Amino acid sequence: MTVEALTPDAIAPRRRRSIRLFGHKPNLTAWIGLIIIALNIAVAVLAPLIAPYPQADIVGDAWADPDRLHWLGLDNLGRDILSRLIYGARLSIGLSSLITGLAFVIGIVCGFTAATLGGWVDAVLSRIVDLLLSMPVLIFAFMILSVLGTDIPVLIGTIALLNATLVFRLARAVAMTIASLEYVEAAKVRGEGTWWVISREILPNAIPPLAAEFGLRFCFTFLLIAALSFLGLGIQPPLADWGSMVKDYRDMINLDSAAPLYPAAAIAILTIGVNFVVDWMLSIHSRGHGEPA
Amino acid sequence: MIAQRFALGLMTLFAASLLIFGGTEILPGDLASAILQNNATPESLAAMRKELGLDRPAATRYAEWLSGAAHGDFGHSLANKREVANEIAPRLKNTIFLALYAAVIAVPLAVGLGLLAAINQGGVFDRVVNVVTLMTISVPEYFLAYLLIKYLSVQFGFFPSLANVTPNTPILDRMTLTFLPMVTLVLVITAHMMRMTRASVLSVMASPYIEMALLKGLPKWRIVVRHAFPNALAPIISVVALNLAYLIVGVVIVEAVFVYPGLGQLMVDAVSKHDVPVVQACGLIFAAAFILLNMGADILAIMTNPRLRHAR
Amino acid sequence: MRDIDDLKVQHALGKLSRREFVGGVLALGATVAMAESLLLGAEAIAAETAKKGGVLRLGLGGGSTTDSLNPQSWNDSVMIDVAFGVFNGLVENSPENRPVPELAEKFEPKDGAKVWIFTLRKGVMFHNGKEFDADDAVYSLNLHRGETKSGAAGPMKAVSDVKKLDKYQIEITLVSGNADFPTVLTDYHIMMVPNGYADWGKPVGTGAFTVEAFDPGVRIALKKAGTYWKPDRGHLDAVEYNVINDTSARMNALISGQVDAINRADPKTVSRIEKSPTLEIVRAAGGWYPVMAMQSDRQPFDNLDLRVAMKYAVDREQMIKTLFSGYGTLGNDHPIPRSDPYFNSELAQLKYDPDKARFHFKKAGLTSPKIVLQSSDTAFNGAVDMATLVQATAGKADIPVEVKKEPADGYFDNVWLKGAFVASYWGGRPAATQMLDIAYQSQAPWNESHWKSTQFDKLLSDAQSETDEAKRKRYIWDMQALLSAESGTLIPCFRDWLDAHSKKVGGHTPHSGFDMCNGRIAEKAFLKA
Repeated sequence: MTVEALTPDAIAPRRRRSIRLFGHKPNLTAWIGLIIIALNIAVAVLAPLIAPYPQADIVGDAWADPDRLHWLGLDNLGRDILSRLIYGARLSIGLSSLITGLAFVIGIVCGFTAATLGGWVDAVLSRIVDLLLSMPVLIFAFMILSVLGTDIPVLIGTIALLNATLVFRLARAVAMTIASLEYVEAAKVRGEGTWWVISREILPNAIPPLAAEFGLRFCFTFLLIAALSFLGLGIQPPLADWGSMVKDYRDMINLDSAAPLYPAAAIAILTIGVNFVVDWMLSIHSRGHGEPA
Repeated sequence: MIAQRFALGLMTLFAASLLIFGGTEILPGDLASAILQNNATPESLAAMRKELGLDRPAATRYAEWLSGAAHGDFGHSLANKREVANEIAPRLKNTIFLALYAAVIAVPLAVGLGLLAAINQGGVFDRVVNVVTLMTISVPEYFLAYLLIKYLSVQFGFFPSLANVTPNTPILDRMTLTFLPMVTLVLVITAHMMRMTRASVLSVMASPYIEMALLKGLPKWRIVVRHAFPNALAPIISVVALNLAYLIVGVVIVEAVFVYPGLGQLMVDAVSKHDVPVVQACGLIFAAAFILLNMGADILAIMTNPRLRHAR
Repeated sequence: MRDIDDLKVQHALGKLSRREFVGGVLALGATVAMAESLLLGAEAIAAETAKKGGVLRLGLGGGSTTDSLNPQSWNDSVMIDVAFGVFNGLVENSPENRPVPELAEKFEPKDGAKVWIFTLRKGVMFHNGKEFDADDAVYSLNLHRGETKSGAAGPMKAVSDVKKLDKYQIEITLVSGNADFPTVLTDYHIMMVPNGYADWGKPVGTGAFTVEAFDPGVRIALKKAGTYWKPDRGHLDAVEYNVINDTSARMNALISGQVDAINRADPKTVSRIEKSPTLEIVRAAGGWYPVMAMQSDRQPFDNLDLRVAMKYAVDREQMIKTLFSGYGTLGNDHPIPRSDPYFNSELAQLKYDPDKARFHFKKAGLTSPKIVLQSSDTAFNGAVDMATLVQATAGKADIPVEVKKEPADGYFDNVWLKGAFVASYWGGRPAATQMLDIAYQSQAPWNESHWKSTQFDKLLSDAQSETDEAKRKRYIWDMQALLSAESGTLIPCFRDWLDAHSKKVGGHTPHSGFDMCNGRIAEKAFLKA
């Protein structure tokens, strides 16, 4: 999802400067990033095969120290932390990809439309987004909860919408800048349609900042899921997700236990991996012009 | 054009007030039962509802509330009868103080690091800055706070773990007391702004005119700072505005961990107890702050990009 | 060999907990009654060695920006602890869970405990200089009766009339006889205020302190109100309440010395405090308990076999260990804790038994065996974990339990008392009959499990009006046995109160009623030299 979501856009043929992502060899950090992502996806897919225990099984005393059978020790209820990390990859990566993907599609489409059409379309969309953003997340979440309930689809929709508003603002700002450049004006003068302008001129040039944003939103989503889960929205026990694991284990840091560090590290490593790949795409973009593809 | 943007901002604020009022109306349960919890009897609930005026129609209450709010009168807290404006004023000051404290450090830091990383793209500095900032945002803010408290406060005692300021705390003490919350917030927002600066600058670096400058043999730092950065400002400003809004609206958890009396904690308590006037006032202030910052960002983007100055 | 005086001194120095002290005296051959009278002497000694003066800094969880000084509105630790500093009640709940005189000098029942005469203490002054008398008492009691938003409205429903007899005597008439009625007046809401008083922003009480600064949810400061009418209490010059709701922040504030005492210490990380040479914990077995209520008049829980299966499917030992790190006592599906004098000590303890659970579950013969347990951490911290544990242990007995985490907001409105199987909690009550009356009597509005038994109701009303101790005990024991065998409430354990303080704090002793000396930390604590 992470790489794949971006590549179709990135390899879209362009008039002015042509960039082909896979025409470039990944550098060292990009390789690290790609390997991290691949490993994470593999762990998520194969979770039932590689996890030593089922995620809900209580296999010993709460907060038992690591031993030969339980490499990372046991959690607050006596469940195997390693197994929960492995299963947690499923829910965390799956949900985050879905939510972030959804948010970017909605945000980019609306943002670009607003920027290119301008006028009342821009005014209406921008005001709606301002309105949604100006509501404190807590009140917003409460309202959604009271109207729609607490199921997982509601969780996905809520966070995607929250993220989409942020993406919208960025996409609009980027597109505004690009749309004011000569070659876009020229295309408009030539009588090219709005959709053509968006897909051929604006999108390819807007990818770097949007990709950078994607890399971060993806990671923020892990934490937002955990934050909203406190309000009772979304993931039901005994399912594991990384964000909630950090939250449930956090006090143990005061006892010098490493328990909260494992899920935090899992999030950090994946974030770094995703962003390494994003950086690689950026570097291709900035080097892209003038280099033979 | 700027005046038009301002008018739009006001309209948004009005719409936000409607939404906030409507939103607080549909919250499940009400103050009466939230306060009484499992001590509630039907009689005590009815008595409390009547006393709180919850039995009057919503439209009337909205009109009264809005005209009051326009004069800075947000009514009285339902829960403890104190004047909402008096309750909010010192907390708003605290919130703004902490936001400014963090912003003054984080914004230049993030933009500076972003520029340096862009100049040094692919180099060791670039990598290290990226990995470190990414790590700081991969952990939730309360966990960063716990780590800072554990090492800088409990273990070595450099800074207090409680940021319990009072209105009379002198500015220097205030800065010491809020040092750890400030660092937490800086760590949380720096990565986002830094990466956006780097990405936007790099994106502009691909333009033909930069190419031209490179061919002319100008040093890279000069090209980045003088030519690329000004043209990369729009998305940077947009992200900085979002992060500043976060500093005002979203620091509830940091406030809770450091026991800092800011606006966020007030609103969370008010929401959980359904103290509607306080929720509404906080919501309106947050909305206003957000709309103001975004308006500022838009206006700044227009001013820094001559091409956008004339409406198309 | 230790002699009694030696024990007395050790107790005074806070070296022995009350239970150790009582145990030690009993070992020396004293009777319980004698041990208790000795204890009062020991408290007097403690008070003598108490240093006067100083500022006590508290770090407390359980405060909110919505807090107010109106007695009707109190519902959490911070305001309860403030209340006992500023006000006094008519009756105090002693550490042995007995009603003892406070502003009422004595109280006597008449007509089978249906009418009570309270004689008030003379010469006690309010902070505004007025003497406390019967008019004040009548007004203060009526604040919590009839159409009121008071949290004490429920228990005060038992009162049908409050009447002034003379300047220092009032008569309280009850709806039906209740030998335990004085314990109702130990409720923290029911504080004595001047007649007609309603300006809660500037509270006037008879307590040891007055309010100096009130910033709800942040900081509340009390200062000494002059000479206190209780000679052995009110040692401090001032008390500062810092509201610290975050558990870790509260622990850190104590460890780094920014506060002197905290409530609600975190059981799982409390070893940090036990290890410290300058800090110690204050632990009291209490009556607070988590509960999972199955509504016995609804499918599938109208089936006794299913309820019994669930009783065997709960691993109680594991719950204490996992939820409260061992700081708790076993529960037996009735609400009377071990610390209560009426605890049925001969009742067989329910134990986790997957085989028996499986047997009864099969016998219940459910057609669509889907059991949904609703929970939320807003009920208490760990309620969702409790539900998840039940899911795991029941699963081993092939009983499928689904946990549904409900939204925190509106949990007590929309889920509690409404769902078929719901997790919540109860704070203990000073009298066994009071607890049984509130949530287990058939007609009680808070009877979460809808379990109705005419036999139980009869035992309860008999126990309430009975003044013969032996008979009362028999009735209360029988009620516990009934609940344990049939009721729809799962009560896996009781949680201990866990405070902690710096060792320079004295007078901060365990109390089974509530944390922080049952809320009386302000008037009881002192700072050692």
